[in-house]
Amino acid sequence: MSPTATFPETKSKELRWVLGQMDALDPDRIQDYLALDGYEALRKAVTQRTPEEVLTEVKASGLRGRGGGGFLAGRKWELARAEQSPLKYLVCNGDEGDPGAFMDRSLLEGDPHLVLEGMAIAAYAIGATQGYVYVRAEYPLAIERLNRAIEQARSHYCLGERLFGTDFSFDIAVRIGAGAFVCGEETALIGSIEGRRGEPRPRPPYPVQSGLWGHPTVVNNVETFANVPLILQHGAAWFASVGTANSKGTKTFSLAGKIKKPGLIEVPMGTTLREIVFDIGGGIPNRRTFKAAQTGGPMGGCLPEACLDTPIDFESLAAAGSMMGSGGLVVMDSGTCMVDVARFFMEFTQEESCGRCVPCRIGTRQMLGILNKLCAGEGTHQDLEQLEALCETIRTASLCALGQGAPNPILSTLRHFRSEFEAHVYEKRCPAKVCTPLIRFEVSAERCTKCGVCVKPCPTGAMKWHKGAVAEIDPATCSHCRRCIDACRFDAIN
Amino acid sequence: MSETITLTLDGRSVSLPAGMTILDAARRAGIDIPTLCHHPDLSVRANCRLCVVEVEGRRTLVASCDTEAADGMVVRTNTPLVRKARQDNLGLILSDHPMECPTCVRNQTCELQELTYRVGATSFAPAEREVPWPLDSSGPSIVRDPNKCVLCRRCVEVCHEIQTVGAIGPARRGFETVIGPSHGYSLAQSSCVNCGQCINRCPVGALYEQDDTAKVWAALADPEKVVVAQIAPATRVSIGEELGFPVGTNLESKLPAALRSLGFHAVFDAVFTADLTIMEEGSELVERLTQGGKLPMMTSCCPGWVSFAETFYPEFLDRLSSCKSPQQMLGALAKTFYAQEAGIDPARMVVVSLMPCTAKKAEAQRPEMRSGGHRDVDVVLTTRELGRMLRQAGLRLDQLPDEPFDDPLGLGTGAGVIFGATGGVMEAALRTAHRLVTGRELDAIDVQPVRGLEGVRTATVDLDGTPVKVAVAHGLGQARALMEQIQAGTADYHFIEVMACPGGCVGGGGQPICAGQADYARRAAAIYAQDQGMERRRSHENPAVLELYSRFLAYPLGERSHQLLHTHYQPRVVATV
Repeated sequence: MSPTATFPETKSKELRWVLGQMDALDPDRIQDYLALDGYEALRKAVTQRTPEEVLTEVKASGLRGRGGGGFLAGRKWELARAEQSPLKYLVCNGDEGDPGAFMDRSLLEGDPHLVLEGMAIAAYAIGATQGYVYVRAEYPLAIERLNRAIEQARSHYCLGERLFGTDFSFDIAVRIGAGAFVCGEETALIGSIEGRRGEPRPRPPYPVQSGLWGHPTVVNNVETFANVPLILQHGAAWFASVGTANSKGTKTFSLAGKIKKPGLIEVPMGTTLREIVFDIGGGIPNRRTFKAAQTGGPMGGCLPEACLDTPIDFESLAAAGSMMGSGGLVVMDSGTCMVDVARFFMEFTQEESCGRCVPCRIGTRQMLGILNKLCAGEGTHQDLEQLEALCETIRTASLCALGQGAPNPILSTLRHFRSEFEAHVYEKRCPAKVCTPLIRFEVSAERCTKCGVCVKPCPTGAMKWHKGAVAEIDPATCSHCRRCIDACRFDAIN
Repeated sequence: MSETITLTLDGRSVSLPAGMTILDAARRAGIDIPTLCHHPDLSVRANCRLCVVEVEGRRTLVASCDTEAADGMVVRTNTPLVRKARQDNLGLILSDHPMECPTCVRNQTCELQELTYRVGATSFAPAEREVPWPLDSSGPSIVRDPNKCVLCRRCVEVCHEIQTVGAIGPARRGFETVIGPSHGYSLAQSSCVNCGQCINRCPVGALYEQDDTAKVWAALADPEKVVVAQIAPATRVSIGEELGFPVGTNLESKLPAALRSLGFHAVFDAVFTADLTIMEEGSELVERLTQGGKLPMMTSCCPGWVSFAETFYPEFLDRLSSCKSPQQMLGALAKTFYAQEAGIDPARMVVVSLMPCTAKKAEAQRPEMRSGGHRDVDVVLTTRELGRMLRQAGLRLDQLPDEPFDDPLGLGTGAGVIFGATGGVMEAALRTAHRLVTGRELDAIDVQPVRGLEGVRTATVDLDGTPVKVAVAHGLGQARALMEQIQAGTADYHFIEVMACPGGCVGGGGQPICAGQADYARRAAAIYAQDQGMERRRSHENPAVLELYSRFLAYPLGERSHQLLHTHYQPRVVATV
């Protein structure tokens, strides 16, 4: 089932530019794409405009990289164009690895030609002759459709030798990643395409100076390329008319987590978190309340209720302690423990560290160790201090963005939810009742309404209740499964 | 004329030539920024994050080893943030490192130990593994202990880039990252040629030689055994470093007394068989040149190179000289000629080689390296192991008397001594080949073009109207470059010397841990100084060699030579290349 099938019906706050035509075409048929004026932007660019004009248009649009960094796409292309080299490469980064993110996958599966067309336009602007789409092996359908789309584009002279009869030639090949998250980092991705171990290398030199096989290389994300044909077709002014001062156009998000209507959405830059979570996503299910929204993937951060009116753009998210990232948006409800969330992301990062530099390889392991202690109720004041101190070293001394961003989930949760950390350490209590070792599994007589709803879910029969009486848990048979806690609507189990 | 830049280093304005890293600039300015993964001979960089500094305008700390110093840059190398980052990084490394320093093979030569003393380290809980990495002692020469590995990648660089052997590399990721042969193979199954260069670059005790000192102590204590020693040329100029002498100290005159006091029955000199190698190999070269043999002929005294050729260039094995190495020749002669002369049962003899080399351990174990039913060489000790034994015995070499080597395998010439430096075998061979072909001595005995530390050095020598083109390579990457030329038919050399280790045996994988190239040059200088001061500097002038021929071998390439001094090679199949 395509992720678009779960697309919410309420689309009022949405603006579907990039995802717009996905529902109207069969991704396996280039005819569908052509019928929607597909490859027209490319044809006009290569037959009627100079590369400089194309570059100027994209620069004027203010399009920023959708992969996370938010670097101006036109500026990056300009740097690559200025490099004196007989050979230049263009790479589309489709190594989408953030937990809960599926924007790039949907684009590659739903509208592959849009991405290919954007790449060809970019190649024309910078003077590249060969492009690669780097896709994770976990996306077999995307790979299949991309390969088919490339074949079709070639047979329609939209790719390959002498596009549209001009002197401009550009071809694209698919490269499949082997499952390392770090290969989404551009220098690691380049290494992986070259057949080396996927490991970041220090920048500078930047890929635009020395990238694939030492040649100037532009690496942009799937969604960035998908915006390019639209900019060329409708003009930079049209594109820049939507968004905030420094973030133009739209942004796709994969809305996931504790939300009524999860799915793939696209909103104008500047839309607030509240609009996304409540107007588009329909709010929090199961009569729970909103607690945090996690953006930016494992290097991003968690934003609390107080940040719900933050407009979604690169600067505002960074100021709030998170980041735009590639568009993963995980909503957390009141039943989420933020220490546990930090632990989850650290587990991810320490597994996905490439292992090259010390702070990331061992530092993330140490931070995970401390968070595990905290969740187990064994955390001390010193642990909390060391955790914060380590965050600073890992953030400032790591080699690449993965290490530098690794402490972010901890830093943002500490910033917005510090009391939860302190409750774990000083009170040996998990306020969200997630960390099992910190739950006493006792019924509070004051809060219990004697309703008995906790009895049925208990798998071991440990929950004792008689009509009109406060429920009681038999510690000898209780398996600490937490089902009673989830069932109780009165927060009566401690 | 290169451009000059000016930057501010810790508040001081410093002018220097453009193109240097911040690290080099700081060191030049008297600020020794700590480093762990950085090594002067290698291009490894930015892994350990100990050399981080603050650069004004940069968002994060930068690795000074990997950042070019630029005009106007404002750099701070000693701020609270920098110190904390360094101490945290060292602490993190130590939290994943076994704390067995006093018993570690690298105690007191460990860079991690020294850095911790200098920089200090934050204390972290031990980041223990559920299952420790297994020790890889599968190979004949080298032991790998991934538990001590700090993943600096120096060994990977030397193995891939300098030696082009590619036996080890990083596998897995995150905290589980480990350096080793690919796909979980052992070192013995890998393409490793036992050169030991990885050991010399390892900052800690994660790579070390198979320690065979116990075997030697046991043999020395066994009254049934007659234990004899042979000393390689390069060992005499480096053993001092193990005992606190300055780099480049030549202790040749003290080693016989030292070894006798350890209990060795006789102390022979591998320089003697180096001279013998020249007689055999020189004759083989002349034979190939005059009788249309396979050319270029390549030296075979370096077991790392032989193993490399067997692994990567099996189609060229007929180009290798059939001569055994001096070590194996001496072992063979000790258990035949010497045993016969001295009336000792060769079965009771134990030949111990004191070598700058780890590959010699593997060479001695090759099944074909036997003479008269006995293994030519029984135990090979590296210079480092010899140092260990001498330290254990408490011997003060500077206070021991000068003593000569034992006859009849103890007399050498300057030509044999220079075997220890890259180009030395070639120079020694040319000194003798000239005589063999022309009947006259070389005009200039010092063949300067083949000396030095340049990657590949070439020369053309006129042998009575026949120009003979020679080439010298040190480091297997340079050897590979030469082999590729030969494969492509773009090289027309007649004779090639190859040493697996950069610098030749002075830079051998069994040598004391040192600073690299700069120290190799000092050791080589001591070797050339000894040659310079010797009365006999040509192998064919060695009276002991001539006597050996007249009393035992008859003539070079004769039947007995073929039995005892020559060998053969076979293609080597490995699991990973």
